[in-house]
Amino acid sequence: MSARSGWFARAALTLLLAWLVLYPILVVVADAGRGDALATFVSRPGEWGALWASVWISLASVVLAAVIGVPLAFLFEWLEFPGRKTLGSLIALPAVLPPFVGVVAFLFLYGESGFVARAVQAALGLTRAPWRLQGAGAILLVHAYSMYVYFYLFARAGLAKLDASMLEAAQALGAGRWHTLRRVALPLLRPSLAGAALLVFMTALGSFSAPYVFGGGFRVMTTQIVATKLNGELPLAMVETVALALVATLGLVVLRRTEGDDILAALGKGIGPLRRPIRRVSVRALATATGWALAVLLLLPHVTLVLVSLVPYGTWTTEALPPVLSFVNYQRLFGEPERLRPLVNSAWMAAASTAAAIAVALAAGALVGRRGGRWRGPIETLVALPWALPGTVFAVALATTFGAAQPWALRWVLVGTVVLLPLAYLVRNLPVTGRAVLAGYRQLDPAVEEAAASLGAGRWATFRRVTLPLLKPALAAGGSIAFVAALGDFVTSVVLYTYDNRPISIEIMGSLRISELGVAAAFGVMLMLASALVLGLGARR
Amino acid sequence: MKAFVTLDGVRKQWSPTVSVGPLSLEVARGEMVALLGPSGSGKTTVLRLLAGFEALDAGRIVVGGEDVTAVPPAKRRFGMVFQHYALFPHLDVGENVAFGLTARGAAAADQVRAKVAEALALVDLAGFERRRVYELSGGQQQRVALARALAPEPRVLLLDEPLSNLDPALRERTRRELRTLITRVGITSVFVTHEQEEAFDLGDRVAVLHDGRLEQAATPDELYEHPASLFVATFVGRANVVRGALAGALGARDGQIVVVRPERLRFADAGVPGVVRERRYTGAAAFYQVDTEPGDRLEVQAGPGAARVGERVYLEATGVMTFAEGGGGVRP
Repeated sequence: MSARSGWFARAALTLLLAWLVLYPILVVVADAGRGDALATFVSRPGEWGALWASVWISLASVVLAAVIGVPLAFLFEWLEFPGRKTLGSLIALPAVLPPFVGVVAFLFLYGESGFVARAVQAALGLTRAPWRLQGAGAILLVHAYSMYVYFYLFARAGLAKLDASMLEAAQALGAGRWHTLRRVALPLLRPSLAGAALLVFMTALGSFSAPYVFGGGFRVMTTQIVATKLNGELPLAMVETVALALVATLGLVVLRRTEGDDILAALGKGIGPLRRPIRRVSVRALATATGWALAVLLLLPHVTLVLVSLVPYGTWTTEALPPVLSFVNYQRLFGEPERLRPLVNSAWMAAASTAAAIAVALAAGALVGRRGGRWRGPIETLVALPWALPGTVFAVALATTFGAAQPWALRWVLVGTVVLLPLAYLVRNLPVTGRAVLAGYRQLDPAVEEAAASLGAGRWATFRRVTLPLLKPALAAGGSIAFVAALGDFVTSVVLYTYDNRPISIEIMGSLRISELGVAAAFGVMLMLASALVLGLGARR
Repeated sequence: MKAFVTLDGVRKQWSPTVSVGPLSLEVARGEMVALLGPSGSGKTTVLRLLAGFEALDAGRIVVGGEDVTAVPPAKRRFGMVFQHYALFPHLDVGENVAFGLTARGAAAADQVRAKVAEALALVDLAGFERRRVYELSGGQQQRVALARALAPEPRVLLLDEPLSNLDPALRERTRRELRTLITRVGITSVFVTHEQEEAFDLGDRVAVLHDGRLEQAATPDELYEHPASLFVATFVGRANVVRGALAGALGARDGQIVVVRPERLRFADAGVPGVVRERRYTGAAAFYQVDTEPGDRLEVQAGPGAARVGERVYLEATGVMTFAEGGGGVRP
């Protein structure tokens, strides 16, 4: 590639990314500034309430997830007890439950007419359900369940990297266990914990499924935006979108600051501490029992989903457990073309958007992955930007930008076509594939490609026979996460779907509305299995 | 010698086939003992047993009359300098050194500050309190690790390969400084090394370990002149190991192995005949490889002009050590 064509390719990629990622946001900002929507926003207490709710729910989610995830990480990384390995991987299981499916499973399990409520009702002989799963508490319950995994995984990785001699040095200097934990282990884990906190905060801020299903009268900003949009108050929805985007950016900046420097991890050279076997028989039995009880608790939503999916329509009314079980829901799923459609839709949209996201990421990697230059900053920022903004923000931004026919402003009407939703998936998945591919490129030894070139391989042959095979683990990891995210997406889908491309999550919502719980659960099971399968394949080396 | 630190029949079983000990060793108050051995000999295990990071399977450890076998590391009052120093990267130099002073609970702030300053002055780093540890050079990091270990005034100082992390140019100077410092503090210390020169230079006594067993613990002179085993004779210093006919020619009885150091061989008018094959010049002396007529090759240290390559010579031994096959030492 000559210098000129290289410059041209980099500029073209930057412009394409800017149009996909930045432009829609700018359109929304411009629309929000027009008219008196801003004044309306400021004057309504409900808006401020929703914004504040988003913030405190997210902060509380971080605290809850940390309180559950970090001790678990210590337990599984530092102590040895029967079943540790199996349990250690089971504990990451909430990750294979797409957010909306997880919410539905919680509804079946802990909801007003869920298994637990029915069991309590039957045991105590109550005439009504003992509780309603609604409001902030319900949202936090779901968040804690699905997001502690981040803290657990990050803290475990951090602990595995921890230099054992640091802990021994503290001991040799007379520090007891508690002192060592507080003054040495936790400070050294800070980068990992801050990373997890950032991830949980951003995920909770953008969370839509839980507040949508369990919120009731309790509104957070994501549900508020969708409600306002449905009410037809489009300018106000724009202002809300911008407000949420601002909070997200602020959170990102503040939390990044606490992350500290990488130097903490870089100095240690040693090997991780050995796991300490629990010697006292009673304590070991307790740890094992607690571990398995926890695993059962974590697996209950998955089991519930499977169980409900086996309940034929109208056979389960007041009993504590469903009286009839059969595969009839699955037969309908695959037998009726109208019910098969959402599965096919989700599959093709996820595949297409993932392939496109990988292609863009590879282009970015090839152009700025190794040497970068002045285009690297802009391209990396644009690729990462969708991660910093909640899905609702992007959904609204894309709907706005591609809801008007202004070809001179690079705006076409895509709303109402089947193209817009996969395009949104693509934008949302850019950070995942981009980060994986760019990191993969950075780890490539340039000498390997030079060796290929010196052996007579051309540019394309080198890419196909050397670069691509070396990038395969990164592509598999990034691609599988992107595919699963698109397959189970609900946040963007609920804003952008059309009848012709309605995805699985939307069909689940529809089935729930007409009380076809079994069908909804069957869809959920399909989604869960597909996610587990794809993530498993992606993680294989 | 009155022992301050006693390892009494200490044993650690890593697996059915791999174990260290049983091993007994006494260290006098103020003495500096080197644990020397090839990698895998168990020297680091012995140090970690002393520090309390590993639990003994048998034996006991006594310090100043107190049995510390079951005392956890935090309560042993042993200072330790780690191979990679293990400085806490999230704390500055002063906080690192203060760690051991405050670890056991609250201490008066000005007292801690004074002790930190004192410890840093001791290692020639006065005024370094607010520096970040990763900004320091390798040698400075090592001194901070030393100051940190010494600040709480431990009973014994343990050092794990204290110089291995430094580049060779710095190593010799640091070794001298370390020697001076430890002598000045007068602390009983045990350190691990795999380099003979380091062990001889720093250790009042050197304990040679091999395959988890203690081969010999003695002063450097004693080790060199009177090795207790064939392993010690060959591991410490340069040595020609001779068996068979040539061993007989050098005065050994049947089945004995002869070890003769290059400087204990000289060219003479009569003796073992041979031909010089190689000459390696090192300045003050030269090393000659001589193929002897009975068959073995011997290394001879002599003056730079003592012989030429290809010359026919006769070798005479001024001192040999003999060992029975199987390793036990026999004094000449």
